[in-house]
Amino acid sequence: MSCSRRDFLKQSVAGAVAAAAVPAACTVIFLEPGEAEAAVEGKKLRWTFLVDTTKCVGCGFCVDACKTENEIPYDAPVSRTWVERYVVTKDGQTHIDSPNAGRDGYTTGEIRGETIDPADIDKAFFVPKLCNQCDNPPCVQVCPVGATFQTEDGVVLVDRDWCIGCGYCVMACPYGVRFFHPITKTAEKCTFCYHRITEGLQAACVQACPFGARQMGNMEDPDDPVTKIIMTERVQVLKDEYGTKPSVFYLGLDERVR
Amino acid sequence: MKNHAWRPLWLAIGLIAAVLTARHFLVPQDFGVHGDSFTYNFYRLGAVQFWEDFPDKYQGRERCAKCHDENAEANATSKHRNIQCENCHGPGTGHPKQVKQLPINSSRELCLRCHEYLAYPSSLRSQLPGIDGDTHKAGKECRKCHDPHHPDLEG
Repeated sequence: MSCSRRDFLKQSVAGAVAAAAVPAACTVIFLEPGEAEAAVEGKKLRWTFLVDTTKCVGCGFCVDACKTENEIPYDAPVSRTWVERYVVTKDGQTHIDSPNAGRDGYTTGEIRGETIDPADIDKAFFVPKLCNQCDNPPCVQVCPVGATFQTEDGVVLVDRDWCIGCGYCVMACPYGVRFFHPITKTAEKCTFCYHRITEGLQAACVQACPFGARQMGNMEDPDDPVTKIIMTERVQVLKDEYGTKPSVFYLGLDERVR
Repeated sequence: MKNHAWRPLWLAIGLIAAVLTARHFLVPQDFGVHGDSFTYNFYRLGAVQFWEDFPDKYQGRERCAKCHDENAEANATSKHRNIQCENCHGPGTGHPKQVKQLPINSSRELCLRCHEYLAYPSSLRSQLPGIDGDTHKAGKECRKCHDPHHPDLEG
C-alpha cells in the first residue's frame, strides 16, 4: 500500500476534524448547583402505598371495587389486586388461599376444601396484595417494544396500543401481579388507579376499604401522613431480596407472607 | 472496488434506509425517552394520557351526600360510618342522569363478608360482631331485622 505525503496529510486533517466533531455533537452539560436543584425540583410527586395487614378483615370490598372501576371482567379468574388468607395451625403448617382473588370476601372457615378446627389455629390473618410499582421494575426491563414503562411519579403503566402480548413481563414480575386482559389481550396490571389519583381522588380499593387497611401517599412530601408512617414505623416490603425497591409498604407482615 | 462488492453493499444500504424510513412513519412522534432512564422511561407519551382519561366509576360518599343528605347524616353516627355508600349501592357513575336507580346489593353474602364469624386470632376479623351464616336465620336477608344504616344487635 502506497500513500503520498499529500494524501497522508489530507486524511490526517479530515480524521482530526471528524474526531473533534463527535464530542462536540454530544457535549456533556455540567449544571451549576442551583440549576441542578431546579432540574430535580419538578419531581415533587412519588406515589406510595401502605397496607396495614392488622386492619384487614378479608371483606374483599377492595377487590370488588377494583374490578368494577378498572373494567376487569368480573367473573374472569384475573384481578389487579387480591386478598390472601393465611391460617397457621399448631402443627406448623401454613394454609393459604385466595378464592376468586378474595372478591366475594371470606365467608367460610374452609380452606381449599379443608375444614380447620379453630382450636388448632395459632394465628390467622389476611394480606391484601397489588402491584408494588417498583423503583426497579423487572417487568419494564424485559419489555421488548417499550410498551410498559414508569411514569415520572413512579407508577408503572402498560401501553395497550403498543403491547404485542408476548408475556415476558408476566413472567418477569416476581410478585405475580401481571396477567393478560381477557378482552384487550394485552398485559394488564394495577395502575394505582392512575385516572383517579391524578384527579385528586383516592384509588378505588383505598376508598372502598372500610377499615383503612389501604392508604396512599406521596413519598416526596415529608408531611404526608402515609409517608410519616413509612418513615417512622416498622414497615416491610415484599421480596426485598430481589432488589426491585417496591413502593408498597406493609405493616404487620408475617414471615410466612411472600 | 469491484462491482461485485458494491452491489450487495448498495442493497444493504438501501434496506437500512428503507427500515429507517418506515420506522420514521410507523413510530408515533411522542415515542421516546421521557425521563432519566432509557430502561424505564422509554415509551409513548400518549399512553399516560390514555390512563389519565380512563373513566371513574366510584364517586365517593361526599357526592352521594349532596342529594341524600338525610341518609348520609344518619349513617355518619352509626357503626357503619366507615363503609362507603357505593360498597352496597353500586358505583354511582351516571347516576342520577343515565342510571335512575342504582342496583342495591342487599344479599346476605354482602353482610357476611365481615359478619361471618371466623375464629382468627391476631386478626381484626374475630373482633367484629359475627354470626354463623349457616345457622343464624339461614336464607333470610339481614336487613329484614337489622337496619344497615343503623346496625344494632337487637334486631
